[in-house]
Amino acid sequence: MRLDLGAIAKAGTSKANQTCGWRNFKPIFHQEKCVGCGLCKIYCPEGCVTMVEKKKYTVDYTYCKGCGICAEECSSSDIEMVVEEK
Amino acid sequence: MTTTLTASKEQSCQTLLASGHTACTGCGEALAAKLVLGAAGSNVIVTDATGCLEVFTTRFPQSSWEVPFIHSLFENSAAVASGIEAALKSLGRQNEAKVIAQGGDGGTADIGLQALSGMLERGHDILYVCYDNEAYMNTGVQRSGLTPFDCMTTTSPYGEFSWGNKHNKKDMPGIAAAHNIPYVATASVSFPKDIENKVKKALSITGPKYLQIHSPCPLGWRSNPQLTITVARLAVQTGLYPIFEMENGKITKVRKVSTPKTPVEEYLKIQGRFAHLFKSPDGNEEIRKIQEIADRNIEKYGLA
Repeated sequence: MRLDLGAIAKAGTSKANQTCGWRNFKPIFHQEKCVGCGLCKIYCPEGCVTMVEKKKYTVDYTYCKGCGICAEECSSSDIEMVVEEK
Repeated sequence: MTTTLTASKEQSCQTLLASGHTACTGCGEALAAKLVLGAAGSNVIVTDATGCLEVFTTRFPQSSWEVPFIHSLFENSAAVASGIEAALKSLGRQNEAKVIAQGGDGGTADIGLQALSGMLERGHDILYVCYDNEAYMNTGVQRSGLTPFDCMTTTSPYGEFSWGNKHNKKDMPGIAAAHNIPYVATASVSFPKDIENKVKKALSITGPKYLQIHSPCPLGWRSNPQLTITVARLAVQTGLYPIFEMENGKITKVRKVSTPKTPVEEYLKIQGRFAHLFKSPDGNEEIRKIQEIADRNIEKYGLA
């Protein structure tokens, strides 16, 4: 009997999967009151929040599922969740 | 208690778990896995038991893992990791990569317990991470050995003769520690810096290590995805999820509960899986029992 190798997938290929369609609410990063604590980036389960520069964070809407953890945990309430209109 | 942490090092939140995975909105497990990998760095080989984590990260032909990853079966994450570690040793390449075995609570405390016990017994140099979301979430919320008391799941429903899960949560860290391993710890996704420190510390120790991370599941816990971190934090603050570090059988560090004591109701009322306790006055007796569990934890681990 011939034993084949298991199914192999290339690293990080899930990026092709745009999960933005799951979103009902959309986080808006106002970048006004930001103190640069980075909690939004640390707590994002998708890993789609990035730091542009000091005290300026942004979210990649391609992958954001709109869970709202960033808005809830933001230490300066600088992130707002708004209803996504499609 | 407020979370004190800053993104001091960019590396501390380096993402080795790529976006585009299919975890539910607000998934605590995805966050925990991201934090563990971020702390461990790219020089690791990871294995995973069947479960949510495996399913949402490896939707064939895609993979979210940016590090070498292998999944075999539900029960053998620890055994596969043991083999990898033994192979690295045999090739004399054990210094080149660390091995991390992962599993959900079912894959750790029920189905994979035997393989885990063997791994701990044989003394492999592996960090075992259990993502504890307190039920078999992937298959539709069935109770596991780590489901807490009075929790409603599809196999422990609430009804005329039942208040939900009638068994207590298994003391999995205690079981791991009973193997006389050098490092056992629990953590919570609400304290990411703590996870980072524990993973780094564990990887610096030679021998088998066990880390259990409390990871809320908004779907199974019927909580608001936005409150994932809040729920996890309340579990720690009420004493229902003791956070500690155990080195060579002795507890060396604990995270204190909040003072004044947070009543368990605060934690229970924001989750649908405990909603039945608030439906009738008889539920108060059950809440008292859960408070007793928290009080016992506080006394046992010295969390006050």
